[in-house]
Amino acid sequence: MSKHPPQQESHSNIQLSYSSAFKSIVKREFSLAWQKPAQIIQPVVFFLIVVTLFPLGISPSPKTLQLIGPGVIWIAALLSIMLSVEGLFRQDFHEGHIEAWLLSTVPMPLIIIAKLLSAWVISCGMLIVFSPLLAMLMNIAPEVIPALMLSLLIGTPILLFIGAIGNALTVSLNQGGVLLSLIVLPLYIPVLIFATAMLEAASVNMSYVGQMSVLLSLLLLSFVMAPLAIGAALKNTVN
Amino acid sequence: MWKWLHPYAKAEVAYQLCYKLLPYFSWLSVITLAVGSVWGLAFAPADYQQGDSFRIIYFHVPTAILSMGAYTSMAICALIGMVWQIRNAELAVYAIAPVGAVYTFLALVTGAIWGKPMWGAWWVWDARLTSELILLFLYLGVIALYNAFEDRRTGARAASILAIVGVINVPIIHYSVEWWNTLHQGATITKFAKPSISTDMLWPLLLTIAGFMFVLAALTCLRLANQIILNDARRPWVKALVERELSSVSMSKASK
Amino acid sequence: MQFNSLSDFIAMGDYGAYVWSSVAIVFGALAWIVVDSVMLKSKTLKAIKQEQERAEKIRQAKQQNSV
Repeated sequence: MSKHPPQQESHSNIQLSYSSAFKSIVKREFSLAWQKPAQIIQPVVFFLIVVTLFPLGISPSPKTLQLIGPGVIWIAALLSIMLSVEGLFRQDFHEGHIEAWLLSTVPMPLIIIAKLLSAWVISCGMLIVFSPLLAMLMNIAPEVIPALMLSLLIGTPILLFIGAIGNALTVSLNQGGVLLSLIVLPLYIPVLIFATAMLEAASVNMSYVGQMSVLLSLLLLSFVMAPLAIGAALKNTVN
Repeated sequence: MWKWLHPYAKAEVAYQLCYKLLPYFSWLSVITLAVGSVWGLAFAPADYQQGDSFRIIYFHVPTAILSMGAYTSMAICALIGMVWQIRNAELAVYAIAPVGAVYTFLALVTGAIWGKPMWGAWWVWDARLTSELILLFLYLGVIALYNAFEDRRTGARAASILAIVGVINVPIIHYSVEWWNTLHQGATITKFAKPSISTDMLWPLLLTIAGFMFVLAALTCLRLANQIILNDARRPWVKALVERELSSVSMSKASK
Repeated sequence: MQFNSLSDFIAMGDYGAYVWSSVAIVFGALAWIVVDSVMLKSKTLKAIKQEQERAEKIRQAKQQNSV
């Protein structure tokens, strides 16, 4: 008994404190991902394969690769996230978790943020870790690699948040995949533009603080807005 | 003002209002479009640089302006529908979307046709062209999402959420593309210098802009009225209406 | 009138193909969306009628079952 802080005692026992709800969701996400490591590995493999296609399809000459490299890596990351985001809320929808979230005393945006943050670590973490390898395949100068990783670090959560909106909107549909890409890809364009511009500046040894701050502001905006939109979308699919 | 507006939230009243407004919008659109087009095509002076090819402006600019205007009004309807739970506003989202998509398509096509003689290429990755293309994708997303749901209400709400998300993104997309464009293209495209357009050129343009606006309004009325009765299909007033309309159709056929 | 003759008007100072094709496409597309919107009404009425008949049948079937 003495383990519980006194404030919680006054509430009913079922009521979770916000931080413990957050932690339990994150824990659950990670244990689920641990049980199905395909969820972690497949996006990375997809990422590698897509990047491999470009030298084969365009030209393997080092100069061309250097020119298109940052853009190719970014497009591959973008597609990989779009695919991995497709299953984000599917299980929760079919197992009735969404109704439970809506009924619980914990605010919906908090639950969504917990889910998104753990999904980001699970599905995008490996992309960032593997990006230097791809940078070498695409003949990108070693000096640019930190900028590449930084751009992915800031940019991938934005892509994940936007993609999650698309997934929340289409989760109740049987074949939401193509529709998801139709909805989500146009919204990805600003991120792609600023991320590749950041890398372009880095590759000519210019300061890329400006582009990075734009990306950061997009991150903040999506962090604030996406959970609201996702909450409304999930509520709509359940009703 | 709210007291005055409130009855229009009722489906039947809104339905009747749509058909009350329709003839005004229709006639105004026919008149302004006809006068504006003929004036613009035949009577406005030719541009001293672009010759007669500039006359495409009388179709390109109105569709381009109104493609964005339609998207904004669609998103405003979506917001009203989501925030105040007004169903007619939700339905208006899907009434506007196809018309807006057609305008966007027309702005792109006329832009391409105008671009060929002026820039020497059907398509250039000009900032305005690119963001217009992305706008078309956004429209198609809204339409596709609405149609993907069995339940109309769920589809309308999902489309509303997407329209709101889209309208937050439209300025971001626009400025990012513009910035990207200046970064990549520099001076290869001479943007149309926008001098003070002479009044004999401006009047027909204003007329066609008004014309396309009235077309949009008229079509929105027509499509919204359909959405309203479709949504209220089980209600007695719609049952009565359907009986009346269908019997009058069959009677007019029989009399022929 | 800016043009001296009808053929001048059609030629549009050598830009005729561009100007008239865009006019045709614009009015073609407008006509298409107008026709589509007008036709929508009879389609909607028929769809509602069908839906109502189906609902009526289901109701009757239920009533018979309960009897």
